[in-house]
Amino acid sequence: MSKRVYETTLCERRALTEDIFEMILAFAPEDKPDAVTPGQFVGVYTGDAAMLLPRPVSICGYDAGEGRLRLVCRAQGAGTKYLRSLKPGAVVRVLGILGNGYDLAALEGRKALLLGGGVGIPPMLELAARLKDRAEVTAVLGYRDAADFLAEDFAQVCSVYVATEDGSKGIRGNVLDAVRQKGIESDVVCACGPLPMLRAVKEYAKERGIPCFVSLEERMACGVGACLGCVCRTAGEDAHSHVRNARVCTEGPVFAAEEVEL
Amino acid sequence: MGNCTENTVKAAPDLSVNIAGVTLKNPVMTASGTFGSGMEYGEMIDISRLGAIVTKGVSDVPWEGNPTPRVAETYGGMLNAIGLQNPGVDVFIERDLAYLEQYRPGTKVIVNVCGHTEEEYLNVVERLSDTNADMLEINVSCPNVKCGALAFGQDPATLCGITEKICRIAKQPVIMKLTPNVTSIAELAKAAESGGADAISLINTLTGMKIDVERQRFVLANRTGGLSGPAIHPVAVRMVYEAAHAVKIPVIGMGGIACAEDALEFLLAGASAVAVGCMNFHDPETTHRVIDGIEDYLSRHGCSGVREIIGAVR
Repeated sequence: MSKRVYETTLCERRALTEDIFEMILAFAPEDKPDAVTPGQFVGVYTGDAAMLLPRPVSICGYDAGEGRLRLVCRAQGAGTKYLRSLKPGAVVRVLGILGNGYDLAALEGRKALLLGGGVGIPPMLELAARLKDRAEVTAVLGYRDAADFLAEDFAQVCSVYVATEDGSKGIRGNVLDAVRQKGIESDVVCACGPLPMLRAVKEYAKERGIPCFVSLEERMACGVGACLGCVCRTAGEDAHSHVRNARVCTEGPVFAAEEVEL
Repeated sequence: MGNCTENTVKAAPDLSVNIAGVTLKNPVMTASGTFGSGMEYGEMIDISRLGAIVTKGVSDVPWEGNPTPRVAETYGGMLNAIGLQNPGVDVFIERDLAYLEQYRPGTKVIVNVCGHTEEEYLNVVERLSDTNADMLEINVSCPNVKCGALAFGQDPATLCGITEKICRIAKQPVIMKLTPNVTSIAELAKAAESGGADAISLINTLTGMKIDVERQRFVLANRTGGLSGPAIHPVAVRMVYEAAHAVKIPVIGMGGIACAEDALEFLLAGASAVAVGCMNFHDPETTHRVIDGIEDYLSRHGCSGVREIIGAVR
């Protein structure tokens, strides 16, 4: 499906924690994406041209029938704070659907471990939901503290464990501490979260000799592969520039862990 | 302004312009580095409506570019320090130029050329000589690529020298792309003209810097980057005006164009064509809106063609 700018309508917006918020965006019925792949993202425009770049936000859920997109993000900079201030009914321009998501066929029938840290958690929900009844899914979600979000949504589609850095909820420590403590077995790992977490997860999967897929984050401009702003170091020559810098927005954001240097 | 208002023109205005013997069906092109080689945007917008497409800079061998973060948004603009990552001229000719052939001759293809040394520039120009590239744009002004203390485009004598060498071997018309990071843009424009350039384009990005105050460090890995976007538009208009009055060769104006009015300012200031850059990221249809808006403006002002308004504001 070709990429383009959609005009969506903000249906719902609510705070999940002090700084994490959820937006439900409705596509026009006659003009909606047929489907999305978990791990794909959209570029959300603020509506204020002084903040001209689209904000890359991973897809937390998509109801293809209703054409409703669920996005969960952290109000961190001026752009995301602007989005958090929008009222239902607001028109939100969305560039999409962007990037390559997870290869569901490669996960089918497997014992899949989904690891999400902070704002890396939302895309894992769509992945868990799509793998429901197709794989044996366990999700481990890492938060800073007891202000968790989406954990109940995960509980409806898979087994879920919560880890918090300060130990105020669930298991004290990071997602891998929780995996080890609970003795969670898997034969494939998918992860999205901060870089130190992804490095550790890649190492964890390598030690066990199981495949690992990571979803990367990088500062982006165009979102469609034209500007080469959001590259990541790759193990081999990349397809676009024939160096070792693949575009996170286009070749990614989901990569096989061994293909990228973290 | 011109003699436009005297006429009552019923026919659609003629949007075509001529740059160094190459006729563009309209004066709107993409700015190098913001549009790849068209492939990425080709699925979103109708590229065949453009007067020309200007490709991302290509060097003689593949360039890795700078470490990330490479981009940062600023108020009404953005900083970039991509560092001209590109696959090198061989892949470019085989893949990118071949792809763009479908849009020729209706949409002209202008290939942007970069290098660290004179030799590298000349290698690329030579490799492109037997291709269908309609024109060459020479990037002697990228703020993110270092070669000595100054970019080639910052010293008049150096600029004149490299222009001469390139023009001697180039088979296509040569556009020298100028940097705004100089004291006198008129002087650099004259240097390019005296070196034999067929046209000049400006402005490239303004060198800038952004600091993350919470982390107390530079936002860009390269520390500095090139500023583009609507924030730089008035600076660009001033420089295009000064350059257009300093030389006789055609000037291509760019810098922060977001709408037809922004493009018209460049044309009225003396540019023969314009390029849309950063705002492609904000709205991939910006070029189309600019083309439609220029046509509408010409009709409203009773102009038979865009050439009537070029340099009309003195």
